[in-house]
Amino acid sequence: MPFQLEFLWTDILIYLLLASTLAFAFYTARHEHLRVPWRQVARRPMAMASLVVLTVYVTVGLMDSVHYRPLLEIRNQGERVYSNEVLSLLDRMTTLLRTRVEKTYSAPFAVQAYSKETVEYPDGRHAREYPRLSYGGAHLQNPDDRATDIARRIGFATLAGLALWLLLIAGFVWWWRGRAESWSGAVQRLWRGESQVPWRAIWMTTGVLIVLVANAACLSPFYHIFGTDQVGQDVFYKSLKSIRTGLVIGTLTTLVMLPFAAVFGIMAGYFRGWVDDVIQYTYTTLSSIPGVLLIAAAILSLQVYVGNHPDSFHSATERADIRLLFLCLILGVTSWTSLCRLLRGETLKLREVDYIQAARALGSSHVSVMARHVLPNVMHIILITVVLDFSGLVLAEAVLSYVGVGVDPTMDSWGNMINSARLEMAREPVVWWSLASAFVFMFGLVLSANLFSDAVRDAFDPRLRK
Amino acid sequence: MIAYIIRRLLYAIPILIGVNLLTFALFFFVNSPDDMARVHLGGKRVTPEAIEKWKEDRGYNKPLLYNAAGDSGAKLTDTIFFKHSLRLFALEFGRSDNGRNIGYDIRQRMWPSLAIALPIFIVGILVHITFAMLLAFFRGSYLDTAGVVLCVVMMSVSALFYVIGGQYLVSMLLRLVPVSGYDVGMDAVKFLALPVLVGVVSGIGASTRLYRTLFLEEIGKDYVRTARAKGLSELRVLFRHVLKNAMIPIPTGVVVVIPLLFTGSLIMESFFGIPGLGSYTIDAINSQDFAIVRAMVFLGSVLYILGLILTDITYTLVDPRVRLS
Repeated sequence: MPFQLEFLWTDILIYLLLASTLAFAFYTARHEHLRVPWRQVARRPMAMASLVVLTVYVTVGLMDSVHYRPLLEIRNQGERVYSNEVLSLLDRMTTLLRTRVEKTYSAPFAVQAYSKETVEYPDGRHAREYPRLSYGGAHLQNPDDRATDIARRIGFATLAGLALWLLLIAGFVWWWRGRAESWSGAVQRLWRGESQVPWRAIWMTTGVLIVLVANAACLSPFYHIFGTDQVGQDVFYKSLKSIRTGLVIGTLTTLVMLPFAAVFGIMAGYFRGWVDDVIQYTYTTLSSIPGVLLIAAAILSLQVYVGNHPDSFHSATERADIRLLFLCLILGVTSWTSLCRLLRGETLKLREVDYIQAARALGSSHVSVMARHVLPNVMHIILITVVLDFSGLVLAEAVLSYVGVGVDPTMDSWGNMINSARLEMAREPVVWWSLASAFVFMFGLVLSANLFSDAVRDAFDPRLRK
Repeated sequence: MIAYIIRRLLYAIPILIGVNLLTFALFFFVNSPDDMARVHLGGKRVTPEAIEKWKEDRGYNKPLLYNAAGDSGAKLTDTIFFKHSLRLFALEFGRSDNGRNIGYDIRQRMWPSLAIALPIFIVGILVHITFAMLLAFFRGSYLDTAGVVLCVVMMSVSALFYVIGGQYLVSMLLRLVPVSGYDVGMDAVKFLALPVLVGVVSGIGASTRLYRTLFLEEIGKDYVRTARAKGLSELRVLFRHVLKNAMIPIPTGVVVVIPLLFTGSLIMESFFGIPGLGSYTIDAINSQDFAIVRAMVFLGSVLYILGLILTDITYTLVDPRVRLS
């Protein structure tokens, strides 16, 4: 094989999460009463548009979660030597962005460097000027052609994107139109938004995204569309890599804390007595330590551990990955308490309900009552919390990275990008593009997550149901 | 009432002991003092003598929990646990890893923290409740929808962007106030104006939306309809009836924050260079000063528990329906 698959810890957990989400979806699809609230979510145009955006983010994140080590050479005895560098599928697809490193900062779409340098001409003359970039706009003979070149490429990419979009819509309408419905009738129905599921909103969002992606794909091999950072790395590439970090923090944290919160919360509410006391004591103690400080204390301890045991980690990627996982764990520890409290309260109410009493009277064991009768009835609380927590966790990552207890400084993350932007904003001229692209990418993810989670909460919260 | 308060205070003691044990385990069991010394002295090429000296200077050379070599009482008191962890209960914070008196530092840095956190807190509540009332007054209209959308958009922006954006716009482009720094007396105002503004603005999204929901929940109730049926104006209904009742859940979220104001805001203080407890903590984290972080964890928990107790007390005061049990 020309490569060797490498499973990082977070990768494995992501696959696990993906599998359980699919299983949950499959289970839900087969039970009518579970499908009802989701159908309500599916009727909200805003939620579905957000879902399309989220899908794009998740796709990029998943591609960045398949890691491998490329083959370097085959020695004479057939022994294969693999690179020490761990790459992902996304890295493979964006090799051009990853390897085309400039010397230092350059503005978006720039063809010249950010700072002046002494350039030596072939005739021995020296001059202080802005040198051409080695990759950004290097295909241009004359830098003055830049505007026309960019306009031409944007025009081409937009047209291609629109064509692809129309093709997709045509395929969709072919599948979607009623049996006796004419093509024009179906298109008209789509255009007027006359459908249960807001297909018009979905296709509009898809169209915008396809055009954006087409433009990015068409322009980024020739220009640094979001500029480059201090060491000359493409900022667009860094932003793409940060997506995985954000998603991992937002989802794995909840995955980690969910079993604890569910088991302890339900047990406390169900058994009451000393079990309740112990569990309540545990979560009150944990929640009374300010979250940031607990995270800081834990990450500091980890830093000392990693610093004193450098041999346990094979590569820098692995070390960064362990830190990311540990951050998820400790964020989980600080955030499971509120869910646990909610579940305890709900279970306290539920245990007095007739069907639970009946199940007990019929001789069901405690475990089966909790698993089969209590858990399904608190599922909506769990779901709402998971969805609502996501955007908060993505935002928290940025703050923690700034404080210095976030993800590893070598790992691409929006927090690290913002952190470095602090000094960049004080430069003259201002280096704004790192901050701007971190803002755009993060805002897109958090806003769509917020909108989607609002719809989920409205559909699942019984207090809001009419 | 007094019995209730005493009971709550007594209940806080086991929780504080739990916090104390947890931090002790986190700092001394996960990594031994030797590891800490090595990190501080830098790298692997450190002589054992240097480590011993470092530990002796800071009192980390004693056994963790039980000192078999000591006299009868000193068997338990002459240990790291007693000297560095139990003493926190008496609010004796000891010395930081680079030799400064933590208690003195905390007393010094408390006031700048309050000076920035208190205005943010008070102005913030006023502004957020006003906006929420405004949206509730125009409920169902385009203004309300636009307001809610704006809230969600503002919620989706990281607090860091508000700080960086505010600093860039107000200090660097408009040059109205200095970028960062702090001064005593009235001169502090020009340093505090921007952090307070940023703090209030960054909270608008989430808080306004929360308060609006509270108001709308209240507006649908029967007594509000009665008030309207009596012919009261909408403004009067909102201010005299809805606001009072909707305010009941607000103290839970608000009072709990008051003691935490002392520890200040980590981001604000370090961005704006205010010498408060927040920037103290961040500096300690960056220089890996475990003694300070340990002290701040404990102080933070004490204040948080105090806040919880205060919340419960205010709850019983504002809402007579809540019984003391």
